[in-house]
Amino acid sequence: MSSEDVLNPKRMPHDPEKATLEGRNKFLGFWFFLGGETVLFASLFGTYLALNGSTQGENTPEHLFGLELVFIMTMLLLTSSLTSVYAMYHMKNHDFKKMQMWLGITVVLGLGFLGMEIYEFYHYIHEYGFTFRSSAFGSAFYTLVGFHGGHVLFGLSWIVALMLRNQKRGLNLYNAPKFYIASLYWHFIDVVWVFIFTVVYLMGKVG
Amino acid sequence: MSTAVAQKRGLGAVIWDYLTTVDHKKIAHLYLVSGGLFFLIGGLEAMIIRIQLMKPDNDFISAGLYNEMITMHGTTMIFLAAMPLIFAIMNAVVPLQIGARDVAFPFLNSLGFWLFLFGGLMLNVSWFTGGAPDAGWTNYAPLSTTSPGHGVDYYVMGLQISGAGTLIGGINFLVTIVNMRAPGMTYMRMPLFTWSVFVTSTLILFAFPALTVGLFLMMFDRMFGSAFFDVGLGGNAIIWEHLFWIFGHPEVYILILPLFGAFSDIFSTFSKKRLFGYSAMVFATVLIGFLGFMVWAHHMFTVGMGPIANSIFAVATMAIAVPTGIKIFNWLFTMWGGQIRMTAAMLWSIAFIPSFTIGGMTGVMLAAAAADFQYHDTYFVVGHFHYVIVGGVAFGLFASLHYWWPKMFGKVLNEKLGKLAFWPFFIGFHLTFFIQHFLGLMGMPRRYWVFLEGQGLATGNLISTIGAFFMAIGTIIFLINVVYTSVKEKKVSGDPWEHGRTLEWSIPSPPPHYNFVQTPLVRGLDPLWVEKMDGKEGMTPAEPLGDIHMPNASILPFTISLGTFIAGFGFIYQVDDPIWLVAVFAGMGLTLGSMLTRSLKDDLGHHIHKEELEEDIKKGVGK
Repeated sequence: MSSEDVLNPKRMPHDPEKATLEGRNKFLGFWFFLGGETVLFASLFGTYLALNGSTQGENTPEHLFGLELVFIMTMLLLTSSLTSVYAMYHMKNHDFKKMQMWLGITVVLGLGFLGMEIYEFYHYIHEYGFTFRSSAFGSAFYTLVGFHGGHVLFGLSWIVALMLRNQKRGLNLYNAPKFYIASLYWHFIDVVWVFIFTVVYLMGKVG
Repeated sequence: MSTAVAQKRGLGAVIWDYLTTVDHKKIAHLYLVSGGLFFLIGGLEAMIIRIQLMKPDNDFISAGLYNEMITMHGTTMIFLAAMPLIFAIMNAVVPLQIGARDVAFPFLNSLGFWLFLFGGLMLNVSWFTGGAPDAGWTNYAPLSTTSPGHGVDYYVMGLQISGAGTLIGGINFLVTIVNMRAPGMTYMRMPLFTWSVFVTSTLILFAFPALTVGLFLMMFDRMFGSAFFDVGLGGNAIIWEHLFWIFGHPEVYILILPLFGAFSDIFSTFSKKRLFGYSAMVFATVLIGFLGFMVWAHHMFTVGMGPIANSIFAVATMAIAVPTGIKIFNWLFTMWGGQIRMTAAMLWSIAFIPSFTIGGMTGVMLAAAAADFQYHDTYFVVGHFHYVIVGGVAFGLFASLHYWWPKMFGKVLNEKLGKLAFWPFFIGFHLTFFIQHFLGLMGMPRRYWVFLEGQGLATGNLISTIGAFFMAIGTIIFLINVVYTSVKEKKVSGDPWEHGRTLEWSIPSPPPHYNFVQTPLVRGLDPLWVEKMDGKEGMTPAEPLGDIHMPNASILPFTISLGTFIAGFGFIYQVDDPIWLVAVFAGMGLTLGSMLTRSLKDDLGHHIHKEELEEDIKKGVGK
C-alpha cells in the first residue's frame, strides 16, 4: 500500500485500525503492552494488600475513605469508557466529526475524574495529615492510586494530542490505529479503576 | 542504497547512521558492541573478586570496594552483558529466520537499545561519582534502603531505564513473530531459535513489570521518604524479595531459553540432520517458560514462609528438570548418527551439554527445601548459578557468535583461533567453579570479603582464582580472533556452513538492508533444506518483484533515552539539593517532548523501487 493510499484512502475499510500491517502490529503490540501493564498493577495491588493494615494506629482506611466521592468518580470514569466506545463506533462508520465529539466528552469526563482525585488527595493531606510518608499504608495507597491517576493523566494528554493533530485532516489509515489504541488504553485504565474501587475503597470500608 | 555510496561516507556519517538507525541488523551490531564492552567490564570485576579471594586474609581491595565489585559484577553480567548480547543475536537472526524485512516496530527496536545503553552507562557512572551500588545484585532491603551514599540510587535508576528498554524489545519480538512471518512459515515450522525467542519475549513481558514496581518502591523509599520497606513505619522488607524474584526467576529462563534455541539450530546444522523431536522441543520450551513463573520463592526458602509454601515451590522447581531433560536428550539424539562437523560453534555447544547438566543437577539439589537451609548463601550456590549461566548462557553466546558471525559480518571467525579460545575458557571454567561447590559445602559463605587461614579454604580458592585467569585468556583469544578475522579472513557466501537449513542462509552474508528481495515461500520445517533436497538453489519467492516498503531512520529514540538519563541524575541528586529538580524536568521534558513529536509527526517510511532492486540483483544480491 503506498503512502498516498494510507493518508488518503480511496475507500475506508470497515476496520480502518487493522487495514495496514502497521495498524495490525500496533493493535497486537498494544494488547501485549496491556498484558505487561496488568502485571505492573498486579504487583502494586499485591504490595497494597500486604501493607493496608500497616497504618501505625492512625488514619485507617475505614476512617479516611468516603464512598460518596469515590462513587461519583467511578461513575465518571465508567461513563467515559462508554463514550470512548461510541467514539470508536463512529470511527468504524467513518464519521470523524462524531468520533471527535465523543472523544471530547471522554476527555471532559476524564478531567472531572482527575480533578476529584486531586481533591481527594488534597483533602486527606490537609484534613487528616495522611501523607505518602506517614505510614507504609500511606505509601502503598498513594502509590497504587497515584499510578492509576498518572495513567489517567497520560491517557488524557494522549487523546487530546491526537484530536488536535488530526482535527483538520480527518480520519485515515495512518491515524486510525492511533485513535484505536488510545481508546484501548482508556478502557484498561477504567478496568484498573474497577479493581481499585473494590480492593482499596470497598474492602477498606467494609472488609 | 548501493555499496558504492556506503563506502564514500565519512566517520561522522557512519556515527549519525548508527545513532538514527532502525535497521535490525545494525541494532544487532550496537547491542553486540555495547554488550561486549560491558561483558569485559563485568569480567574485570570478576577478576578483581578472584584476586581478592586468592589467599586467606587478603587485602587487595578494601571491604567496601569488594561489596561494590560483587554487586556490579552480578548486575553488569546479567543486565548489561548477557541480556544485550542475547538481544544482539535475536536482532540479527529472528527477522531473517521468519523471512521478514525488519521487526514489527523498527523505531521501538532502536528505542529499546538506547534505553538499555543509557541505563547501563548510568549504573557505571556511579564508579566515578562517589561509589557504586554495594547491596548485592539482588539489592535486598533493608541493606539497600539504608546503604549510605548514592550507589544504590544508581542501581535503581540505571536498571529502571534499561529495564524499560528490555520490555520494549520483548513486545517487539512477540509482535514480529506473530505478525511478520513469511507465507507458509507456520508456528510449527519456525526454527527452534525463533521459538525460544518467542517464549523468552513472553517471559520478558510478564516478568519485567514486577521489577519495574520493585524499583519504583525502592526509589520512593530512598528518594521520597516512603515506608514500603521501613519496618519502623509498618513496612515489610520481604515485599522487595518477592517482587525481585517474581521478576528474577523468569529472568534466568529469559537468559537461557534463547541459547537453548541457538544450540538446537547449531546441533542440527553441524550434524546435517533434522532436529530430533522438534515438537517435543517446542513443547519443552513452552513448559519451561510456564513453570518458570511459579518457582520464584525457591530463592527464599530460608525467609520463613513455612513448610507448605516451601514444599510447593520445591516441587515446582524440581518439575522443571523434566522438560530440561527432554531437551538434553533431544540434542544428544540429534547428533546420534549425524555427520558431525567439529566447528568452533559445535565445540562450544557440545561442551555446554555436560556443563549445563551439572548446573541443572545442583539446581535440583538446591530445590530440596530442607537441604537448602544448609546450602543457602554459600559458595555452593555461587558454583551452581555460574554452571548454568556460564556453562549455558556464556557458552551459548560464544557458540551463537561463531555460528551467526558470517551472517552478521560476512566473514567466518577463524576456526583455529576459535578452538584455541575455547580450550582455556572451558578448562578455566570448570577449574573456577567446580571447586566452589565444595568450598560452599565446607561452609564458605558468599559475598564475604575475606576468609581465614587454617579452615581448609585456601587451596580451593587458589585453584578457583587460577581458573579465572584461564577464562580471561580464552576471552582475550576470542577478541584477537575478532580482530584477526576482520582484517585477514575472506568474505563468504550466503551459506558459509554449506548445510544451512533455515531461511537466514538463503540470502547474502551480510544481507542487504531489506533482507529479502522477494519474500520467500516456506514449504516445510527447515525451509532452505527442503528446497535443497528438491534440487533447487535458494527459496521460491512468494511474491513478484516489486517496491519494498522500509521504515525511516530517526534520532528520536536517542533523545527519548537521553532525556531519561538526564532525569535519572536529577532524581538521584534532588535528595541533596532541590536545584537538581531542574534536571528532572529538563530530562522528562526532553523525553516526553520527543515522544510527542513521534506521535504527531507522520512517519510513513519510504519505498525501495523495483529498478534499484533489479540493479542490486545484477550485482549478485538475492542469489
